[in-house]
Amino acid sequence: MITLSDVHKSFGPKQVLRGVNLEVPKGESMVIIGGSGTGKSVLLKSVLGLVRHDSGMILLDGEDVTRAARDPFLARFGMLFQGAALFDSLPVWQNVAFRLMRGHLKRPKSEAREIAIEKLRRVGLKPDVADLYPSELSGGMQKRVGLARAIAAEPEIIFFDEPTTGLDPIMSGVIDDLIREIVVEMGATAMTITHDMSSVRAIADKIAMLHDGVIQWTGPAADMDSADDPYLRQFITGSADGPIEAVR
Amino acid sequence: MATLILAPLATIGRSVMRLLTGVGRVSIYAGATVSHLFRPPFYPREFLIQLMQIGFLSLPVVGLTALFTGGALALQIYSGGARFNAEAVVPSIVAIGMVRELGPVLGGLMVAGRVAAAIAAEIGTMKVTEQIDALVTLSTNPLKYLTLPRVLAATLSLPLLVAIGDSIGIFGGYLVGTTRLGFNAANYIQNTVDFLEAWDVISGMIKGAVFGFIVAIMGCYHGMNSGKGAAGVGRATTNAVVSSSILILASNYILTEVFFSA
Ligand SMILES: Nc1ncnc2c1ncn2[C@@H]1O[C@H](COP(=O)(O)OP(=O)(O)O)[C@@H](O)[C@H]1O
Ligand SMILES: [Mg+2]
Repeated sequence: MITLSDVHKSFGPKQVLRGVNLEVPKGESMVIIGGSGTGKSVLLKSVLGLVRHDSGMILLDGEDVTRAARDPFLARFGMLFQGAALFDSLPVWQNVAFRLMRGHLKRPKSEAREIAIEKLRRVGLKPDVADLYPSELSGGMQKRVGLARAIAAEPEIIFFDEPTTGLDPIMSGVIDDLIREIVVEMGATAMTITHDMSSVRAIADKIAMLHDGVIQWTGPAADMDSADDPYLRQFITGSADGPIEAVR
Repeated sequence: MATLILAPLATIGRSVMRLLTGVGRVSIYAGATVSHLFRPPFYPREFLIQLMQIGFLSLPVVGLTALFTGGALALQIYSGGARFNAEAVVPSIVAIGMVRELGPVLGGLMVAGRVAAAIAAEIGTMKVTEQIDALVTLSTNPLKYLTLPRVLAATLSLPLLVAIGDSIGIFGGYLVGTTRLGFNAANYIQNTVDFLEAWDVISGMIKGAVFGFIVAIMGCYHGMNSGKGAAGVGRATTNAVVSSSILILASNYILTEVFFSA
């Protein structure tokens, strides 16, 4: 279980998070929605400690994440970055198998490669991309390699930062199904950032909407359409008119 | 009136503060890097790749620099020496000048241009494309995986590059001396060997090691602290080259004081 209470984060004069409160129970799929630049990525990075929050508490199973021993803490996580963040000096399969080739999960090269190819298949990529370099792939393919890398070591908590942005609708569907599968089959806890309302419906147990640095609305996915929060309504319908200003 | 006097002072003060903060940050960064030297995990593969990139692939640049410098040095010393009938010192002065000063300093500066820039650009790009963040989430310490292999490779390979550069530089002087200045080949070599001491060579190689450390640390530090986007990486690259070049020249003076004064 991940608990955020009153989390604040500013970059210089710019207040990004202004008191975020959120609970993500173990084994659930939480989807975070909100306009571009509202701090969704910063929120995920604060949980991982990649960004240090200024005040407030972030707990993982009751333990303060800033105090936790880094290695065992990070070993529980997988993260897909918004820009994929593949290592461009390594071929695709070594990106996917990165965790499996060093540290305490280290295994023989051939075995690591086999696992990598299997994970690539799960994200809809053929074995022949394994030996290409990330720069030789399209943006959507890079994203899927990033996804394969995030799930390669079968972590118990997985963060997906815009997993389907830049993918065609069919591939988006494949990825949505995969995320759902990971949560259901592996019992993983997932936090997913997305702008794609069909993805939201496909993968969310719960939804949280971030706006103006706070969680504007949160609730079960089933309640989304009947909720009368004007911010949420505007976001779902994609309307230019409403409380969320179109110019930011 | 007061602001007229105070404003420049404040500007100077701010610059000094910035400089001191920077020195402090780099020192902490360098200390942290060195502290990982004996703590596993180690990444021998990364080290070997960097040895190739930094050491071996710098050979042509360092070699050519040394060759032309050795040749020019021979011409200068010959014409300078002619003023007090001391043309005969050409071989020994070329050798001493090369191994003590010009080999390490010019080699270090050339490597600063080549390697500090390349390191800062690569790590800076990794930083702005979140690859450094990705490394961390994959339980890999960037200091161990990226910085240490580069620093180690540069510190170990620069002394060798300097030694090779010294030889090529002396050879450059020999070529000019024997073909243009009328030296006898055997005499030239004899003169070089007779006057050169082991400490001349070793002190130059120690300088090389220090310069290698400086180049890699400055490249990594500026890369890791790169600003956003292509402009940020560009600035990081420039800063890495400029700061490592200045540090090489400054530390060269200090090392020369330590090694050879009194
Ligand atoms: N490292 C950083 N330094 C300065 N500003 C940042 C940094 N990371 C994010 N920001 C700012 O924080 C805000 C939120 O960014 P982000 O979390 O990426 O938004 P999004 O909700 O689209 O994921 C943006 O205005 C961004 O410019
Ligand atoms: Mg984002």
